[in-house]
Amino acid sequence: MTRSITGDDLVDIARGAAILGTGGGGDPHIGRLLASAALREHGPVRLTPLAELPDDAQVLTVAMVGAPTVMVEKLPSIEQVGLSVATLAEYRGRPVTHIACAEAGGVNSLIPVVAAAQLGLPLVDADGMGRAFPEIQMVLPTLYDIRATPMSVADEKGNRLVVDAVDNHWAERLVRTATVEMGCSTMTSAFAMTGAQARQALVPDTLSLCAELGRLVGQARERHQDPVAAAVARLGGRRLFTGKVVDVLRRTSKGFARGEATLEGLGGDSGARLLIRFQNEHLVAERVAGDGERAEVLASVPDLICTLDSESGEAVTTESLRFGHRVTVIAAPADPRWHSAGGLALAGPRYFGYDIDPVRCPAPEVSA
Amino acid sequence: MHIGIDVGGTNTDAVLMRGRTVLAAVKTSTTADVTSGIVSALDGLQRQRAFDPGQVHAVMIGTTHFINALIEARRLAPTAAVRLGLPATASLPPMVDWPEHLVGAINGRSYLCHGGHEFDGRHIAELDEAELRAAAADMAAHGVRSVAITSVFSPVNAEFEARAAELLAAELPGVALSLSHEIGRIGLLERENATVINAALRELAAHIVDGLAASVAGAGITAPLYLSQNDGTLMDVDFARRYPVATFASGPTNSMRGATVLSGVDTCAVVDVGGTTSDVGVLQRGFPREATTEVSVAGVRTNFRMPDVLSIGIGGGSLVRGQADAVTVGPDSVGYELTSRALVFGGDTLTATDIAVAAGAAEVGDPGLVAHLDRGLVRAALDRIAADVADVVERMRTSAEPLPVVAVGGGSILLPDELADGGRVHRPEHYAVANAIGAAIAQVGGEVDRVFAVEPGRREAVLDEARQEAVDRAVAAGATPGSVTIVDFDEVPIPYLPGNATRVRVKAVGDLKVED
Repeated sequence: MTRSITGDDLVDIARGAAILGTGGGGDPHIGRLLASAALREHGPVRLTPLAELPDDAQVLTVAMVGAPTVMVEKLPSIEQVGLSVATLAEYRGRPVTHIACAEAGGVNSLIPVVAAAQLGLPLVDADGMGRAFPEIQMVLPTLYDIRATPMSVADEKGNRLVVDAVDNHWAERLVRTATVEMGCSTMTSAFAMTGAQARQALVPDTLSLCAELGRLVGQARERHQDPVAAAVARLGGRRLFTGKVVDVLRRTSKGFARGEATLEGLGGDSGARLLIRFQNEHLVAERVAGDGERAEVLASVPDLICTLDSESGEAVTTESLRFGHRVTVIAAPADPRWHSAGGLALAGPRYFGYDIDPVRCPAPEVSA
Repeated sequence: MHIGIDVGGTNTDAVLMRGRTVLAAVKTSTTADVTSGIVSALDGLQRQRAFDPGQVHAVMIGTTHFINALIEARRLAPTAAVRLGLPATASLPPMVDWPEHLVGAINGRSYLCHGGHEFDGRHIAELDEAELRAAAADMAAHGVRSVAITSVFSPVNAEFEARAAELLAAELPGVALSLSHEIGRIGLLERENATVINAALRELAAHIVDGLAASVAGAGITAPLYLSQNDGTLMDVDFARRYPVATFASGPTNSMRGATVLSGVDTCAVVDVGGTTSDVGVLQRGFPREATTEVSVAGVRTNFRMPDVLSIGIGGGSLVRGQADAVTVGPDSVGYELTSRALVFGGDTLTATDIAVAAGAAEVGDPGLVAHLDRGLVRAALDRIAADVADVVERMRTSAEPLPVVAVGGGSILLPDELADGGRVHRPEHYAVANAIGAAIAQVGGEVDRVFAVEPGRREAVLDEARQEAVDRAVAAGATPGSVTIVDFDEVPIPYLPGNATRVRVKAVGDLKVED
């Protein structure tokens, strides 16, 4: 991608971000419309490579917190996004020089574009996760003792809140509660850091990755090539399973959509099944042999488990998984720091309630 | 007796039926003015089997008029979109994602006003009557004749839409009002889009409905008139005037509904094989399964209910290429030129119809002209068609159970008697007028699609309440109370919302109160 984001980049970024959303992250459609409106109004957004961030830069992350279902109904406003940044800058008494993404997957890859456009600030080509996760503290900056708070929360009415919490888990609890009271769709700014800190703690080049991934998948489709292969190749990942959805079980607990989807293998995977366990995002992919007795975990968090439509290569969210859908499940390596002890404590399988050791994405397929 | 008429882009099909028996069936050309096409269809029925117009108890019509008017962007009323949601939603105003020419075609104007609800029913802001009156004055000054009103979370609480409608009705007498909660579901832009489209079609709807009523009355029929809806149920003419968008997918729906009546199979995949494509839909207990994703109509994203239909490029006119060991069928087709370009008609192009004739599955044109075809190629082409169609049917299945297949449409001769997985292919009689037969089915429905807060231990009570509401709505739409059953039910928990917010969809359907 060039060093700026224009309206033409948004379709690709949204498509790529949906893939990095690993089944969750929220549908980027509204984020795309909002970013498109913001760019029309305020012009292109400059993109700063992470490595070029000056030491003394003042960086804030921007993200939507709440229910994607609410966001498609009570549409957020551009001003609401900008307000969250202004509120935090005011509280800290320091101007912001750069905006960054907290997460690269789903709708939150595009909300920071809105903030950067409205405020006329450059956007850092990086994010806090390299994927999507459901909770605020699940970002690499937490591992570097960068605090989520002071964190600002803004609703569309003009209500503003600054939360100063003792740790990032508390930030999640307090902000989540406030968000419900504010109507379940808020814009937040957090993780104030210097340029030096950001260079250390963020995952580089993830907005470029989203744009490129989206472009490659779209291109492969236009050229009648395999879009899934294009995604696998770009992510340095691996195709785990191709099959069709035969069962989806869902339940909500504590506001999260938990469940399992079962896929029946097709082609080379005929006779086998794959079980995907999810909590908004996909957490564990388990291959079950024909008799159902031998189960093998093929991949788990913190690595990325993405379900793609086998034909179009478009991401399939957990909400839209349904019987008969033909999907290819791919795994891609997470940023290696997620596999450190601290990373696993934040977002490993055990944090999500699965008593297994994390299974890392196998080595990339070697192209012939 | 009752009469079903399906007005398509090319043909107008009509059937005279008693119960589920077809007494007469005719096919005429669709006319530009609709009404003369209806008149000639009724005349055709009368000629085929003389009937006493006084003995006709209902006339049901399916029409593609409204969707075609939208696609062609003609005869659309000057329309305003009023959105109740400030201070939220302002960055993405109404029609933000529309093709520009369509906004122009409806002289689309937007008014952002205060109001709307939160997901849990609290008010985002109070309704501002002065603001609405000012908007009404501006609409009057600009010649707006139809208004779409959309309030944030109106599927949860519609009070603001109702109050705004009351106020605008008083300020703008004679202007048509369309309310979003009656048209779409959660998803503000998509619901609003559907509502604005509906509003833009209101004048045309009044005109068409009057024309249809006049031509039916002109034939001496005094029975009530109904229009087919996207979901396979009927609406009366008053409803049709108010909700023209509800007719948008009645074409494929009626063809599916006709297939179930003709075959007697009520849970099946219906394959409608035309000249260029095969359209596959699924009937569950007699009703088309709906698409769960947003549907784009004339370049506008909407979320009103449309049947879930998957199409592939295989039809009677599909080009067949290659040899026995590597044959392709479609996706390109000779289309309407079949009768000049296909081999059996003396043409020079090998089509799927030629293959069917060579295999002895059909008798059209001159079989002698395809006698030279390689048997292996014929077999391979038929196998290819069967495999491709079976693949689409397989994709449309909703459970592990095998699904019977009902084939309709002129090209259904291309299909084998059995598809992969043991699904038998039913090929009913009268398949050419399945559309009109589908229109003639006399059932009406009621629906609930809302987000409920399901408190612990209250799940059953909430679901019962939703079911009862759907039944009540079906009865209000004209169903015989004892005949109403729940035909569709779906419960989806919504992530990140507190209080176990669950979206519940229930559909109830009953028989129309008609004597036969």
